[in-house]
Amino acid sequence: MSQTDLRFAKTHEWVRVEGNEAVVGLSDYAQGELGDIVFVELPDVGLTVSKGDSVTTVESVKSVSEVYAPVTGTVSAVNDALDAEPGKINSDAQGEGWIMKVEFSSPAELDDLMSSSEYEEFTKG
Amino acid sequence: MESTDIGQRTALYEQHIDAGARMVEFAGYALPIYYDSIVAEHRLVRSAAGLFDVSHMGEFLVSGAGAVETLERLLTNRVADLVPGGVRLSFMCYEHGGVVDDLLVYRMDDDYMLVVNGSNRHKDLAWVREHLGDRTEVVDVSDETALIAVQGPRAEGVVAGTTGADLSGMGYYRFGRMEVAGRDVLVSRTGYTGEDGFEIYCGPAEAPAIWSALLESGRPVGARPVGLGARDTLRLEMGYCLYGNDIDETRTPVEAGLMWITKLDKGDFVGRDAIRAVKEEGPAERLTGLVAAGRGVPRQHQAILSDGKRVGEVTSGTYSPSLERGIGLGYLASGVSGKIEIDMRGRTVEAETTGLPFYRDGSVRRRK
Repeated sequence: MSQTDLRFAKTHEWVRVEGNEAVVGLSDYAQGELGDIVFVELPDVGLTVSKGDSVTTVESVKSVSEVYAPVTGTVSAVNDALDAEPGKINSDAQGEGWIMKVEFSSPAELDDLMSSSEYEEFTKG
Repeated sequence: MESTDIGQRTALYEQHIDAGARMVEFAGYALPIYYDSIVAEHRLVRSAAGLFDVSHMGEFLVSGAGAVETLERLLTNRVADLVPGGVRLSFMCYEHGGVVDDLLVYRMDDDYMLVVNGSNRHKDLAWVREHLGDRTEVVDVSDETALIAVQGPRAEGVVAGTTGADLSGMGYYRFGRMEVAGRDVLVSRTGYTGEDGFEIYCGPAEAPAIWSALLESGRPVGARPVGLGARDTLRLEMGYCLYGNDIDETRTPVEAGLMWITKLDKGDFVGRDAIRAVKEEGPAERLTGLVAAGRGVPRQHQAILSDGKRVGEVTSGTYSPSLERGIGLGYLASGVSGKIEIDMRGRTVEAETTGLPFYRDGSVRRRK
């Protein structure tokens, strides 16, 4: 899977499109800022979300971070592995550390997200 | 020392950058919060040994024929019977009984060294100056002093590899002068982690060589630098207070449960009468240990509830790598104990009160 397939929100979530589902997680940059993740609150499957909603929280040793829905839709799956191993977000934020899948309703919202290189610029600034 | 965007450099700034530390501003200094992982660094100190740069701490030398009298008036703990080579923990308090700072007092032969929180250095110096008795001098030597802590069950071996002095005979809360990496330093068997360990006071120019020597000596046990993030999780697991969180000018030693370093039966000291009054009446609140039952980490300022009613507030909170759950300290209305709830950003999380320390297997217990 190419990392350049990912699109990024200003709030540091990444999206990878799989058909009509958006796989969502926190960026590698975000996990570095947060430090060791110790708890992840996973949203319920079936939850409807609007783009920009705070969907859940990720707790690190030093702080708590909200995870915002990058697209509007319905949560279709969550990564249960994060219950026992929240550290997957640190070790593989943009792969095995995925948080949820959202069946999205407005493909146009994806255009509002940044490309990999745009996000890289964004985090430098 | 030069400044960075996030504070003054300590003598070991370059070492931290070279080791890949994530830096943060603390007490006006740029210091490492972690190098790779707070949890990994915490576990390293509990299992082997870690090195801390704590050069941000303040150090004052108090000397003169009137030094003991001045310190007896300023400190809540006894000073007159502190022998040369001894260290004690103490408070300085305001007239109203609130805490100015918590500090260590070291007795040299006739001089004393006070080691204070970096964040309180200027306030504490002014306080000491304001209460200086006759024939007493105080000198702030903080800028001429770097401080390296080696903490962990393997700490003695790590430090021993850098000195010819016999550390096995040094008791807890004792200190001595010796050579470490060929440099003349003061070494005390003290620390803030609940593990055995040493704190090494040296000139800033010597700190890099001493740091390298300790890392080299510690290589066989995997000793590595440890940041402030783990320093906080380690001290909180022991229930040790942090000034500014768990104690401040609005709290007396009575509420903080720290009367063991507050000797009401010695001569008069600043704050004694006020503290005695609180003790006799009984404090309205007490500092209490908290453990979260489920997911969630208690954080400073969160409300503590019992049967939906607010009964207190969290003063310090973190994730405990040893207990694998959130822990904290908070002031609860006296008499409240057992099952409580903590309001974590609108979500009520079950918790319960507990005795301290949270972690009971620290190697420091074997030294006492």
